Amino acid sequence: MQIRQLSLFLENKPGQLRIPAKVLGDAGIDILTMSLADTHQFGILRLVVKDTDRARAVLEDAGVVVNVTDVLAVDVPDRPGGLASVLEAFENAGLGIEYMYPFATRERGRYATLLFRLEDPAKAASLLQQHGVRLVSPAELFARAG
Amino acid sequence: MASSSIVARGALPPGFENRLYDPAEALPRDELSALQLRRLQETVERAARVPSYREALGRAGVSAADIRSLDDLRRLPFTVKDDLRRNYPLGLLAVPREQVVRIHGSSGTTGRPTFVAYTRRDLDTWTGLVARFLVAGGLRPEHTVHVAFGYGLFTGGFGLHYGIERVGAAVVPAGGGNTPRHVRLIQDLGAQVLICTPSYALHIGEVAAAEGLRPDDLALRFGHFGGEPWTEELRQEIERSLGILAFNNYGLSEVIGPGVAGECGVREGMHVQEDHFIVECLDPKTLEPVPEGEVGELVITSLTKEATPVLRYRTRDLAALDRRPCPCGRTGVRMGRVVGRSDDMLIIRGVNVFPSQVEEALLRVDGTAPQYLIEVSRPGALDEVKVKVELRPGDLRDEMRQMIELKDRIDREIHAVTGIRMSIELVAPGALERSPGKARRVIDHRKAAVA
Ligand SMILES: [Zn+2]
Repeated sequence: MQIRQLSLFLENKPGQLRIPAKVLGDAGIDILTMSLADTHQFGILRLVVKDTDRARAVLEDAGVVVNVTDVLAVDVPDRPGGLASVLEAFENAGLGIEYMYPFATRERGRYATLLFRLEDPAKAASLLQQHGVRLVSPAELFARAG
Repeated sequence: MASSSIVARGALPPGFENRLYDPAEALPRDELSALQLRRLQETVERAARVPSYREALGRAGVSAADIRSLDDLRRLPFTVKDDLRRNYPLGLLAVPREQVVRIHGSSGTTGRPTFVAYTRRDLDTWTGLVARFLVAGGLRPEHTVHVAFGYGLFTGGFGLHYGIERVGAAVVPAGGGNTPRHVRLIQDLGAQVLICTPSYALHIGEVAAAEGLRPDDLALRFGHFGGEPWTEELRQEIERSLGILAFNNYGLSEVIGPGVAGECGVREGMHVQEDHFIVECLDPKTLEPVPEGEVGELVITSLTKEATPVLRYRTRDLAALDRRPCPCGRTGVRMGRVVGRSDDMLIIRGVNVFPSQVEEALLRVDGTAPQYLIEVSRPGALDEVKVKVELRPGDLRDEMRQMIELKDRIDREIHAVTGIRMSIELVAPGALERSPGKARRVIDHRKAAVA
C-alpha cells in the first residue's frame, strides 16, 4: 500500500527549486504532487512521481541529494469534519504523524487524498485499515493522476 | 596482529617491548642541556661561515662567544623558508662543496623548491635518528619493512630506507605506484611494518579490504606514518583497518627530514631528539614562548648538522610541547601532533582556531570528513564564523527534525573542539569549489575589508 516518495535536499537560495523541476521535465517525468518543508537555511522537497527509480537516477546524475521514503495515501471524506474523523482513527490506532500534505488531485464531493508519513508505514497500513481508514494503492493513485 | 581492536594510548601497550636504539635517547636532562649548549655554540660558529647567517648574526649583535647558556638561544636571529629561497640553490652551505654527499629538496608547491645538503656525517646522524624512532615504534632486525614513500628529492623515501637498514631489518623499497601492487607485495613478502603517509595507509587498508583481505591476512604489526598532518581519528581508522599499531613521526627537509621527533610505544606525543635539535614553541605573532603545554609555532635549531645548519628555523607547524616525563624513559620533550600551520591560523574573537580543528569536529560527527569551507567576517564589532558543510548522499533524512539534529550535532562538536560558536550551513554536494591539489578551507572576509 505504500507510496514511494522522493525527498530532495535543497539549499535555500534562488533557483534551487527549478533545478529538480527541470531535470525531471527534461526526462519526461511528471510530478504528481509535491510539498516543501524548509528552514531559513535549507529545505526538503518531497515529490511523488510514477517512475520513482528513474526519477531518482536522473536527479542523482544531476548532483541532487535524494532519498526514497514510504508514505501512505489516505482518502478523506470531502466534507466538513472529514479530516477530523480520519485523524481520530489515527489516534485510535495509536499512530503518530511525522508530517502530511495533500495529493494534488481530488474527487470533488467524494474524497480528498492526503499523504501521511508515519513511523512504520507497513504496520500503520494494516492498523488504519482495521480502523476503517480508506488507503489508496499506488496503482489507483497513479490512475487518478491520469 | 591477531586483534583488530584499538590499543589504548597513554601507557606502553601490553606485550610491547620498549627498546632504546641509542642510550642517548634517555640522557638525564642536565647532561642533555650541557650537551645542547656545547653543540649550540658549535652550530653558531659553523653557521657564521655562511654569508647570509653571518650578516643576520651581525645584525643581531651575537656571536658564538655570546652563547653562554641555553637562554642565549633567544638572542639568535630567526631563519624562514624565504631565506632558503633567496639563497637558491645552495647558498646556505656551511662546508666546502666537495664535502657534500647528498642533496635533498622540498617540493615547490608554495614557490621555488629549496635544497638541503648532507655531509657523510650528516647522513650518518640522520640514519641514526630514523633508526631510533623506528625501534621506539617496534621495529626489530628480524622484520621486513614495506616503504611506500616515493624515493627522490623528498626526504621521506631515502631517509626511512637507510634507517631501516641501520636497524638491520629488510627493506622493500616499493616506492610509489599502484595500490593493489603494494597490497600484493605486503602480502607476498610478509612485511610486518608499513611506512607511508597516513592518508595512503588508509587507502592501502581500503584496497586490501576491497580485495577481500582481513587485517589478519596480512603480517603487518606496526606502521610509521608521517609527511602530512593527521588526526587521532585517522590513527584509529588505520589501526582498525590494518590491524596494526600506528606511530607518528615528524621532520622536515629544511631541518634534516624525518627523524626530528617520533613516537614511542606510549603514542602520546613524539619525543624530540633533543641531543640533535632544540625546539622552541612560540606564539607566531609575538614570537614569545607560549605558556607551558599550549599550541604554538615550532622553531627548530639544528645542533649537529654540518652541511646546512639552521638557526631558529620557523617551521610554521603548530603543535604543543609536553615536558612531563614519559613512562618509556626517553627524556626528549614530547611534541603533540601538528594541528595546523601558522599561516592557516585564524584568530576568532581572540581565540586561535585552526581549520584542522573544524575538520576534527566533522570527523567526530560521522567517521569521514565532508567537504567544508570556513568563512570569517566581522559584520559589526564581533567576528562571525560560518562553516559550510557539504551534505553527502547518505546524510539526507526525510524528516526535518533529523536534519536539524545533524546540524545541531555539527554545531556542538565544533564548539567542543574550538571553543567557538560557528553558524553551520548545510549545502548541496558539489556546492563548494574544488581546486586541484589542496582544497580551499578558509575565506577570511575581514582581510578583504582591511585591504
Ligand atoms: Zn615515551
